[in-house]
Amino acid sequence: MQEKPCRVLYNHPGKTMKEKIIRWVFTVLAFASLVFLLGIVIVLFKEGLPIFKIVSPLNFLFGKSWYPTYSPAEFGILPLILSSFLVTLGALIVCMPLGVGSALYLNELAGNRQKAILKPVIELLASIPSVVYGFFGVVVVTPYLQKTFNLPVGMCALNASLILGIMATPTVCSIAEDALNYVPHSFREASFAVGANRWQTLTQVVIPAAGSGISTAIILGMSRAIGETMTVLMVAGGSSAMPRSFFDPVRPMTAAIAAEMGEAPMGSDHYHALFAIALILFIITFIFNVVAEIISRRFRIKLGLSG
Amino acid sequence: MKKTILLFVAATLLFVQGVKASDRIVMEGSTTVLPIAQKTAEVYMDGNPQAQISVRGGGSSVGITSLIDGTCDIADASRSIKDTELEKAASRGVSPKAHVVAMDGIVLIVNPSNTVNGLTKQQAKDIFTGKVSNWSEVGGRNEKIVSISRDSSSGTFEAFGALVLGGAKVRPDALLQASNQAVVSIVSQTPGAIGYVGLGYVTGAVKSLEFEGVKASKETVLTGKYKVGRPLFMYTNGDPKGATKNFIDFVKSAEGQKIAEQEGFVGLK
Amino acid sequence: MKTKHIQNLGFLCLFLCMAATLFFLGLIIYFITSRGMRVISWEFLTQVPRMSMTQGGVAPAIVGTLYLVLGAILFALPLGLACAIYLCEYSPKGFVVNIIRISINNLAGVPSVVFGLFGLAVFVKFFHFGVSILSGSLTLGILVLPLIISSAQEALIAVPQSIREASFSLGATRWGTIKNIVLPNALPGILTGVILSIGRVAGETAPILFTAAAFYIRGYPKSVFSEVMALPYHIYALMTEGTHRDEQTAIAYGCSLILLFLVLFVSGLAIYIRQKQRSQHV
Repeated sequence: MQEKPCRVLYNHPGKTMKEKIIRWVFTVLAFASLVFLLGIVIVLFKEGLPIFKIVSPLNFLFGKSWYPTYSPAEFGILPLILSSFLVTLGALIVCMPLGVGSALYLNELAGNRQKAILKPVIELLASIPSVVYGFFGVVVVTPYLQKTFNLPVGMCALNASLILGIMATPTVCSIAEDALNYVPHSFREASFAVGANRWQTLTQVVIPAAGSGISTAIILGMSRAIGETMTVLMVAGGSSAMPRSFFDPVRPMTAAIAAEMGEAPMGSDHYHALFAIALILFIITFIFNVVAEIISRRFRIKLGLSG
Repeated sequence: MKKTILLFVAATLLFVQGVKASDRIVMEGSTTVLPIAQKTAEVYMDGNPQAQISVRGGGSSVGITSLIDGTCDIADASRSIKDTELEKAASRGVSPKAHVVAMDGIVLIVNPSNTVNGLTKQQAKDIFTGKVSNWSEVGGRNEKIVSISRDSSSGTFEAFGALVLGGAKVRPDALLQASNQAVVSIVSQTPGAIGYVGLGYVTGAVKSLEFEGVKASKETVLTGKYKVGRPLFMYTNGDPKGATKNFIDFVKSAEGQKIAEQEGFVGLK
Repeated sequence: MKTKHIQNLGFLCLFLCMAATLFFLGLIIYFITSRGMRVISWEFLTQVPRMSMTQGGVAPAIVGTLYLVLGAILFALPLGLACAIYLCEYSPKGFVVNIIRISINNLAGVPSVVFGLFGLAVFVKFFHFGVSILSGSLTLGILVLPLIISSAQEALIAVPQSIREASFSLGATRWGTIKNIVLPNALPGILTGVILSIGRVAGETAPILFTAAAFYIRGYPKSVFSEVMALPYHIYALMTEGTHRDEQTAIAYGCSLILLFLVLFVSGLAIYIRQKQRSQHV
């Protein structure tokens, strides 16, 4: 992800009025993404904060009962948060070996022709829509899990984890492979020069050097998994009890929002609670992205690339 | 280049009409009512080509919420509107009017391999509130009971909760599904499962249980012998006018009722 | 040699990882294609649904998806392109640029359901656009904005600096250079970004759940304020809210195949164009 800004050698001030106006227009439009990001944050805060008049933040975050439509309603989202993390953890267990392993294969073992085919194919596969994954989960994975593990119902955290893991693998693979490519050849050559073979070079020189980049890939894969909605909505099961194992049906935060949004009248407590969940989700993914950004920057500095 | 842009903009502007057609009807809500809503919409549009009806599911609460927020014309509901919802509606200047379009029974269904034939109200309540967890406790095999319930936007859920559970909370490990059809799917594939669906959704893929000794059927629901019966509603904002009125009249007419019966529900006659 | 054994074992593991990845992804494509093909026919692609959506076709969903894509791109392309041009050509230094860059990166990482909520609160309710193509397109447009910006940036950066300098040395203004020299050169790359966005928008469901999608509409949308059927939502709705399981599962397979084909074709096209671009500029 190189971000070299274009630099113009001469400073063309654009003296005519037309130039100035055009520049001004572009400046304003460029702030669009900032405006939308801020807009999202503002809306989330505005619609989410009111729930804390009813429930204290601690009770909201750590409460174990999510019964928003009963009277009296209970708004504890701990089961939802734990479900999200459980499913993400499971997805990590799948996409980490598959993604990083594939990246290593591409980097070290694949010949140029193989690379030329495999890299675009993996990138292509990263664009499969999540609802298609979810659909596959419902019609193929669910009965399979039910039979294999003798479960009452095949829709559970494991189901969602498997599918999310496969979904995140192309992303992790692409980014990790880019990171591996950044490792200068000189590192490898130095290692060969002292007598190490390819495997030793790979595991003891290249991977540690690309470590931050690979971490970035994994964090971004996690970020994608935790923010994924349609797949978990269709296969994770939907029970809002505290998850105890991978075989339990679960309701991650994204699924809760998508499933319950329609029935919460505008301005009701349930409505505010759902926005508050979205706010927390946003903060979590924001933190992931910031951490990934920081690691990725330090990685580039460490390797002597432009920051 | 400039000409193509101009042409394009003109075409786009033509497309942006923005006037809500007066014979456009938006229907949202209960998945129980959905088969009736959909089929009647189809037949009605066949007979009235200028009508434009769009149908959505989501659950009774979704429909009523939409009606209150002003984003739909007809709210399909398999339960009656709650007081809190009426208050909310009043504060927005919306006055929901109920139209009964069919009668329905909520049927307890289990997997066809299940040996149990019926449950009492107390047994059903115990199962769904978490007191009973094994089929052997109600006369079946030694097998864990997997409770399939509906999520909170469902009118069927509310009705079941009121009529069978007496307002008690559903057990936390129940699997919450978004529609009647989803419940049928899971129950048909899961040997130890039990769920509840509208009468129109009972197919050969599942086995229906007797409730308090009474089998659910159109007759027993109509006569009230089957205790878990309820009316199915379409709510409008005040008295319906124009296309909406025509459509609701159609649903209540003999032809509309015939469609309801075909879909497995109980007509009003 | 022990180290050689370890190496072979290690490499075998890597090979297995790659193979497993390809296997699972191929499995998904295989299932969808084989079962979806049975349902696809000319009728399926061009007819409206009939008989409680157990027969007929899914044409309104295909058309709806196309409208949403068109709307999203119409909204996001000018904005995104302007942003990329600003960052690249006018190239301000320091604080301002960093703020914009950070916003773009973070916008890219926002979960799709949060976009849906934003669209619901702002476009559907606050602006009273209601559930409509307009709300859905705007929401999807914001979602895809970072993608267009980064593709456009990449395209603009790839234009050699020497071309700009030549233009300036001939007395052209900054905007003149951009309009007449840089943009035409960067067009393939920008096109790539647009094509990738098409694929992205077509497949997104969560943002349109509350802002645009309907389960069943007989005809085609008459204005931007209508609801639409859309392929991804249709798949979801059939599987979770459907009324006749067996027939509708088959239809869902068909929709998945169409969507898969559309997205893979579009992404493949974009990747192909980008490969050619890169090999030219090396």
